[in-house]
Amino acid sequence: MTRFWRSGEPFIWLTGGAQALSLIMVAGLILLVMANGLGFFWPSDIVGLTLTDGKMVMGQVTQRERIPQPGALPGTADRYRIQVKVGNRDLYGADFVWVEEAKIAKRQTPRDAILIERREWGNLYGVIKEVKEAGSPVAQGPQAGWLALQARVPDATHVAKEIVRIEKKEIGAINYAQEQIRLRLKKLELREITSGPEVDRLKQEMATWQAKYKDQEAALARLNQSQTASVVISAPGDKEKELPLTQVVRAYRPNTMGVLAKTGFYLAKVWEFVSDDPRESNTEGGVFPAIFGTVMMVMIMSLVVTPLGVLAAFYLREYARQGPFVSAVRIAVNNLAGVPSIVFGVFGVGFFIYFVGGTIDRTFFPEALPTPTFGTGGILWASLTLALLTVPVVIVATEEGLAAIPGGMREASLALGATKFETTWRVVLPALMPSILTGLILAMARAAGEVAPLMITGVVKLAPSLPLDGFWPFFHLERKFMHLGFHIYDVGFQSPNVDAARPMVFTTAILLLLVVLVLNLTAILIRNRMRKQYAGSAF
Amino acid sequence: MPTIVDPMIQVKELNLKYGEAQALFNVTLEIPRRKATAFIGPSGCGKTTLLRCLNRLNDLIENVHISGTIRIGETYVYDPQVDVSDLRKRVGMVFQKSNPFPKSTYDNVAFGPRIFGIRNSRLDEIVERSLRAAALWDEVKDRLHESALSLSGGQQQRLCIARALAVEPEVLLMDEPCSALDPIATAKIEELLHTLKNEYTIVIVTHNMQQAARVSDYTGFFLLGELVEFDETPRIFTNPRDRRTEDYITGRFG
Ligand SMILES: Nc1ncnc2c1ncn2[C@@H]1O[C@H](COP(=O)(O)OP(=O)(O)O)[C@@H](O)[C@H]1O
Ligand SMILES: [Mg+2]
Repeated sequence: MTRFWRSGEPFIWLTGGAQALSLIMVAGLILLVMANGLGFFWPSDIVGLTLTDGKMVMGQVTQRERIPQPGALPGTADRYRIQVKVGNRDLYGADFVWVEEAKIAKRQTPRDAILIERREWGNLYGVIKEVKEAGSPVAQGPQAGWLALQARVPDATHVAKEIVRIEKKEIGAINYAQEQIRLRLKKLELREITSGPEVDRLKQEMATWQAKYKDQEAALARLNQSQTASVVISAPGDKEKELPLTQVVRAYRPNTMGVLAKTGFYLAKVWEFVSDDPRESNTEGGVFPAIFGTVMMVMIMSLVVTPLGVLAAFYLREYARQGPFVSAVRIAVNNLAGVPSIVFGVFGVGFFIYFVGGTIDRTFFPEALPTPTFGTGGILWASLTLALLTVPVVIVATEEGLAAIPGGMREASLALGATKFETTWRVVLPALMPSILTGLILAMARAAGEVAPLMITGVVKLAPSLPLDGFWPFFHLERKFMHLGFHIYDVGFQSPNVDAARPMVFTTAILLLLVVLVLNLTAILIRNRMRKQYAGSAF
Repeated sequence: MPTIVDPMIQVKELNLKYGEAQALFNVTLEIPRRKATAFIGPSGCGKTTLLRCLNRLNDLIENVHISGTIRIGETYVYDPQVDVSDLRKRVGMVFQKSNPFPKSTYDNVAFGPRIFGIRNSRLDEIVERSLRAAALWDEVKDRLHESALSLSGGQQQRLCIARALAVEPEVLLMDEPCSALDPIATAKIEELLHTLKNEYTIVIVTHNMQQAARVSDYTGFFLLGELVEFDETPRIFTNPRDRRTEDYITGRFG
């Protein structure tokens, strides 16, 4: 027995076990997220259920579970229930119903069943009754109706997209221009200029924009009137719903689709998810603005944190006189990494937003007050807060890299006549790059996953516009933005329709993991290339 | 002391202290132009320290106190007016442990000239000339842009020599340049020294008595921070004046 212990065998088992356990936990987490998230876009069949009491239910089965029977006698048979997404929120009040399996008399997959994704009110399930054009029916019944619908949907979608484009782009541009003019007028007013050629010119310009606005409004009205087609759907429970085709995002009959068609559909949905704006308080549509916001925030953070951290590390190791004070600073920096992130958030609000932002507003944007420009949460402040949060990581990594640079390399450079600065710039810094990138990778991983400090420094549930667009000065660092991490929290726990939103939690989580992975892989690739450049035996 | 006409380097009453510990005592010597001068002596006797005084690399160490004068050419090395960069450009150094930069062979040699603002085609010329001077050109001309760290130990040391030559120094200081090399690489460097000393003033520290005898024209023997004897190499090795020198070169010493 003693020999067994002394052989070291148990220790090997222990280390192996610990390693296996961590692997299993990570793999489990990823599997859970994937399993829950990846199936979400798959167009599963629509089932039509006839219950024993004669009621009809139509929808897609989302899950099955055992009904808990507290106090049941041992040996009682298990009972199961299924959750069905029945949609038609405007007709039924709720998207989901639970059905006990024992109470299902008949279960079918009707070929006529149709699913319409709408711009509002979620999915519509049912059977086509008729398709109308300007109020008069053009096709009756499921089959003819389906053909008529398919013929008209692309046109309607096109118009709907055009309407969105005009509302967002054209009218957005007009609003933006008018706001700029209003601010310039206000600025003049602050200098007590309320009349004169400049004011007249601005007012003139304002009027031109107003006329353009009227034009666009008329165009919108024309577009709206051009689409008169609608579809009437009958749903179980003797309900009927007439839906204008401009409301249709897509209509499909999953029960008639083969695996290939379903796969194509799946890919289209995934693409929509990563490239579109969210709809219906984020429970439908895509998360593009959140991806964009996350990546942009991490980029700005990297741009700030790298020089800051590297310079600080250089000072600590190369220039500061080593002693108790520098040691204390070093310990403080290391401990900064352990401060709860929300504390950084509070600091960001107090210092960046109120103090720095407020000062900028009073100095440069007095005409906009009391509406704050920089004196409120925004992507710049959120990025700076995160830069502060992650700067210790970069400092530590850089310092370690500096310590690892052989002294002979510096002496070689100095002996050739290079000054200390030239040595730092041309020899030390290039050799240090891999270490700096290692620090940056760790910082980015931390920053991309952080949510708490962002919630109070600039992240919002729904940002009206991206922080990067076509209007001068293109980067709008004062704007609020969306973020994948916050999106997960928002759809998962703040949504009015939790059941419908739950799969979004997982799909968004997958996406967040992917974004972090891609950012890190890019940095790792760059680092490895640099390492290779310097590789080779030292002797 | 031999009389040397028009010495390149003149050291007078040099004392050096690392904090409280004195490393050099009253060293006075003259190093001739375009000759190889060897410093020998047991470890810790101050050879490296003296060498690093000549290009002021000791400035990097805190708490070094120096008295006495050193003149190289027309320049008084420890004159506060001296431009240290310029001095170090004129006084090149090759270290005991080869220390190429983690860059390509080309960039290593071009490092010094680039610092002094030389660009493009002039640079190619300098790189080739320096590598040829260091007898390395034929071995690396096809892989100039590969990492210098992939060269062998001997090649790396010759690269360091080429790198030092690229800034066209007048003096070349070499601190045990062969101590980490195998005999063949050592032979190559010794051969190289024979040609280099026609153009440069070379000061070489070595532990290898045969090496000192083979490559140098003058030899200084150091002991515990003192210059015990300085003379023409044949004389030091055949007929030393000092008993301690004799003991050391015949191997009777520590
Ligand atoms: N940076 C330093 N700080 C303090 N003492 C040093 C330093 N460098 C060398 N010394 C001391 O100075 C003496 C001479 O060293 P060195 O010149 O390196 O000898 P050598 O090159 O002849 O072996 C030794 O006693 C050594 O311990
Ligand atoms: Mg030495």
